[in-house]
Amino acid sequence: MSTLEDRVRASLLASRRWHGAEIAFWLLALAVFWLFPRNLLLLNEIAILALFALSLDLILGFAGIVSLGHAAFLGLGAYAAGLLAKHGIGDPLVGLAFAMIVSGLAGLLASPLIVKGNDLTRLMVTLGVALILHEIANSWGSLTGGADGLQGIAINPVLGLFSFDLFGKTAYLYSLSVLFVLFLVARRMMNSPFGLSLRAIRDNSLRAAASGVPPSQRLALIYTIAASYAGAAGALIAQTSQFVSLDVLDFHRSADVMLVLIIGGPGYLYGGMIGAIVFKFLQDTISAFTPQYWMFWIGLFLVLFVLRGRTLIHGGVKLIMSRLPARVRGKRS
Amino acid sequence: MSAVLQTNALVKTFGGIMATDRIDFTLEKGARHALIGPNGAGKTTFVNLLTGVLQPTSGTVVLNGEDITQLSRESRVKRGMARTFQINQLFSTMTPLAMIALVASERLGYGVRAFSRLDHDRRVIEETAAILAQFRLEDIMDNSIASLPYGKQRQVEIAAAFAAQPSVLLLDEPAAGVPEAERRELLNIVGSLPSDVSVLLIEHDMDIIFRFATRITVLVNGRVLADGDPTIIARDPAVRAAYLGEASHA
Repeated sequence: MSTLEDRVRASLLASRRWHGAEIAFWLLALAVFWLFPRNLLLLNEIAILALFALSLDLILGFAGIVSLGHAAFLGLGAYAAGLLAKHGIGDPLVGLAFAMIVSGLAGLLASPLIVKGNDLTRLMVTLGVALILHEIANSWGSLTGGADGLQGIAINPVLGLFSFDLFGKTAYLYSLSVLFVLFLVARRMMNSPFGLSLRAIRDNSLRAAASGVPPSQRLALIYTIAASYAGAAGALIAQTSQFVSLDVLDFHRSADVMLVLIIGGPGYLYGGMIGAIVFKFLQDTISAFTPQYWMFWIGLFLVLFVLRGRTLIHGGVKLIMSRLPARVRGKRS
Repeated sequence: MSAVLQTNALVKTFGGIMATDRIDFTLEKGARHALIGPNGAGKTTFVNLLTGVLQPTSGTVVLNGEDITQLSRESRVKRGMARTFQINQLFSTMTPLAMIALVASERLGYGVRAFSRLDHDRRVIEETAAILAQFRLEDIMDNSIASLPYGKQRQVEIAAAFAAQPSVLLLDEPAAGVPEAERRELLNIVGSLPSDVSVLLIEHDMDIIFRFATRITVLVNGRVLADGDPTIIARDPAVRAAYLGEASHA
């Protein structure tokens, strides 16, 4: 094999190789189970929000699809898993798979409305779909419990071994495991020919089509996958809290996840996770000393962050990511 | 020679304006064909009709004997038609290597593979390396495309179009805006494209046209004014009046 082919192979390999910072991130995510045993409920919320934000990252960060109604799929997944458990199938993994299928199918059905439009159309369509689902859930009280929420959900132990407890031990490890597995799948996808074609569409749809990429087909596919990821996050909410309320379909869920991704930075898979940590930490800290007005401070933070801080945080993360492999190479040579 | 690309009475109207008016055009196999005309003649509209960016109001486009008028842009690429744009259209966050690997992967039908690895695929690697070498992009293959000089970006765009292994390559003003120092390298690359690829060049620069083309079609106001050998076109009084003016090629 020629030297140039070796170099091409090495460059393609480098783009998907694990960084030291990534391994450290996941080890730390596991270690907090022992480091912060009193905060496992909060950590569980962070893991679920991170999965929801990862779902948004797949469409926004990698494919350039903006959405103001991503909670539609979160809510569908939550109700799907909750209803399944309520009607006798309480196995969490079966519920998780069912929620992903239901939300994925909804994403597939909605995708023709998404792939053809421009950003403004997409914002309005996604917002509209979420509002419609919210109203259906509200009005169909016999199925969803309406404004009282879906009660009577009984979830079996995970793998028949680990029961959900009041302190969030099983919940956090379960949510973290689901997040990690779905992250691995997403990482693999984004480093595949399919992932490369999504980046192409995001960068320049005109050139992507002129390069043989069918933009509509690929966008529909990633939208379906992202919807099923959001459904998984919804299932985790239903299963770890054993309750589903209309809140899962509320507009603030769609807005929050957008903020989370903006804080963490879209397009590199970790943005949703970093954003979820920062967002939940801020929410928890600020609401502790000003329970009534914490949204004011969050709002102020976001304004300042978008104006000034975003480049600092994203730049810092990218610097760390770029430095680590460079050091490894330096030691080898 | 046989025709690889033909249009029959191709019409495109925008409101009351007729951008192309019943254009009958033939691109022969292995041709080096130039399409010229003053600004607003309809050249880029014509290329957009050929490549599916625009749908014609009436008329047909035939590629290698197949009517492709209703086909999508990407389907036309898969059938052997590739192009560059008047203004660079690139993937700014990618490297030249990634962009060419993408085109090779799509050509091979791997684009929907969500779990395969590009670095494991021998054909993608071989094709990508061959294109990088042919277009002399080895030294910059890992640079961000956005960071490259304009001339190099043009080179990357032509290389990416060529990576689709087209039978017809449409180059829309490839040398426009390229500094003189980089222009020569670019023109050498265009000049050394394999003879089995039919090239349609849209260009304003008469030196390039007369150095490159073996046949010229002149468009004026959306119509074919003249078509034929470059020396005949250069002497055609109607062409001189409409386009070349007194500063025509000597």
